[in-house]
Amino acid sequence: MSTNEMSKTLGPDGGGGALVVGWKANRWWIAGLIVLAVAPFLVYPIFLAKILCFALFAIAFNLLLGYVGLLSFGHAAFFGMAAYISGHVMKEWGVTPEVAILIATASMAVLGVVFGMIAIRRQGIYFAMVTLALSQMVYFLALQSEFTHGEDGIQGIPRGAFLGLVSLESSLSIYYFVAGVFVLGFLFVYRVIHSPFGQVLKSVRENEARATSLGYDTDRYKLLAFTLSATLAGLAGATKVLVFQLASLTDVTWQMSGEVVLMTLLGGVGTILGPVVGAGIVVSMHNLLAEIGSVTTIVQGLIFILCVLVFRRGVVGEVSAWLRRRRSTKKHPRAG
Amino acid sequence: MSTEDNVIETDGLVKSFKGFSAVSEVSLKVRRHHIHALIGPNGAGKSTMFNLITKFLQPTSGTIRYNGIDITKAKPAKVARMGMVRSFQISSVFPHLTVRQNVRVALQRKLGMSFHFWRSERVLDGLNDRVGDLLADVDLESYQDTMAAELPYGRKRVLELAMTLALEPEVMLLDEPMAGMGTEDVRRTAELIRRAAQGRTVLMVEHNINVVADLSDWITVLQRGRVLAEGEYDAISKDREVIEAYMGGHHDT
Repeated sequence: MSTNEMSKTLGPDGGGGALVVGWKANRWWIAGLIVLAVAPFLVYPIFLAKILCFALFAIAFNLLLGYVGLLSFGHAAFFGMAAYISGHVMKEWGVTPEVAILIATASMAVLGVVFGMIAIRRQGIYFAMVTLALSQMVYFLALQSEFTHGEDGIQGIPRGAFLGLVSLESSLSIYYFVAGVFVLGFLFVYRVIHSPFGQVLKSVRENEARATSLGYDTDRYKLLAFTLSATLAGLAGATKVLVFQLASLTDVTWQMSGEVVLMTLLGGVGTILGPVVGAGIVVSMHNLLAEIGSVTTIVQGLIFILCVLVFRRGVVGEVSAWLRRRRSTKKHPRAG
Repeated sequence: MSTEDNVIETDGLVKSFKGFSAVSEVSLKVRRHHIHALIGPNGAGKSTMFNLITKFLQPTSGTIRYNGIDITKAKPAKVARMGMVRSFQISSVFPHLTVRQNVRVALQRKLGMSFHFWRSERVLDGLNDRVGDLLADVDLESYQDTMAAELPYGRKRVLELAMTLALEPEVMLLDEPMAGMGTEDVRRTAELIRRAAQGRTVLMVEHNINVVADLSDWITVLQRGRVLAEGEYDAISKDREVIEAYMGGHHDT
């Protein structure tokens, strides 16, 4: 490298410029981390932990819908089954929480490969129906098998101690544990969609035939994406069990699969933050409307209709589109 | 070894859809380094032939050979990796990726990192120079950061060609490359195809007869799924049957 190029990369003030650039590029990440750290002092931590678990679930789902264009209607199978497995090994085997989560998540990777191989052979509505059918089989399994305790579910699951050292019994410690898992999951998905693999996924979403004609075996890319998505949905379910100390049939029902679709669409499909915002809205709504009982589903339905009719890109999608419009009119004030 | 050097050879190719034969008993030979045009009225089976050769459709019977290798049972992506790359009738770019990303997707497969979900996409930046060269070749350099969806129609088709060329294919199959283009774009694209065809084999479906006359070394005329005539443009344009197929649809009452 010549000295000329050297000074160009380092900038006039040597290394200092790079630090400033680093701060500027990372300021949103840092702000996000600060919000996560401070939030439990302002809002009930268990409620926040619940949001984060569902946010992770929705992020996992969005990896498939937003970046490959595959609408799975059976993701509750991974979320719920991971909850059972993690609850079972915590309660019966007495393993530490991180080991329980790893076992449950790894099992969902295996289940993801199997379900994926069956489902990706079909497209569009047929893909959705196959995933729904498979998840209904998991529901039946959960209802009938012994280790899930059928209608009762697995109750009174201990939270244990992280690495056997840090007790997670207090609301605050479990919150920070969940926040840590969430951040790891979020960074993982961010990396996947900004990877060479992510580029191919987007091209499959945009035009599958063209991706094939460029020499990509699109089924293999879809299968890997499906597996990653199932694994992360499992991670979300396994973590949720620690928060509520309960694994129940609710988590494997088709309604749960529908819920995650709603969260993603409401927040903004194909955006990285959309599912997080969507999960926040839906979980808050459930809490607010809990007192009025069955009306919840009606309100939820109305919001969904409104979302599809008025802001189809979801909250985050609409906001970012608005920002982009504003930026372009600033650049060319006379244009348009 | 035969005296003819054919890149693609189909033998008795048949494709029927529920009793209707879109392609029947077509034996097509495409010579190496030829620009070979496939013409014929609508519904003659041109696009079906394309889909069969590139394996997007499975033939009902018959065989397809590529460089002497039987590819009748191969998968479409495999055929593309062997060096036979097709374009589509409707413009086929990735609309919500930038022009640069479109070409990069075409280039990145050869890096062998396309399953690497744990790596940053920055590893692809090494391809940017090559992307720039390819886009300069087709006059799209100034559009690198434009979303493909925002390109005018003619430019989209040219971008598609750049993506195909990025694979350095041995054979290019172009399905109506000029469809929907204005005169100026047609002229430019024809020139581009002529340049791209150097050292390559091109099989194309095209309705613009001037382009066909201008570019092709060899022409196969299809009608109702069968080969009606074959030859150079001068011979074909004087062929009675061909003239009738194109002009005289109303003779047979």
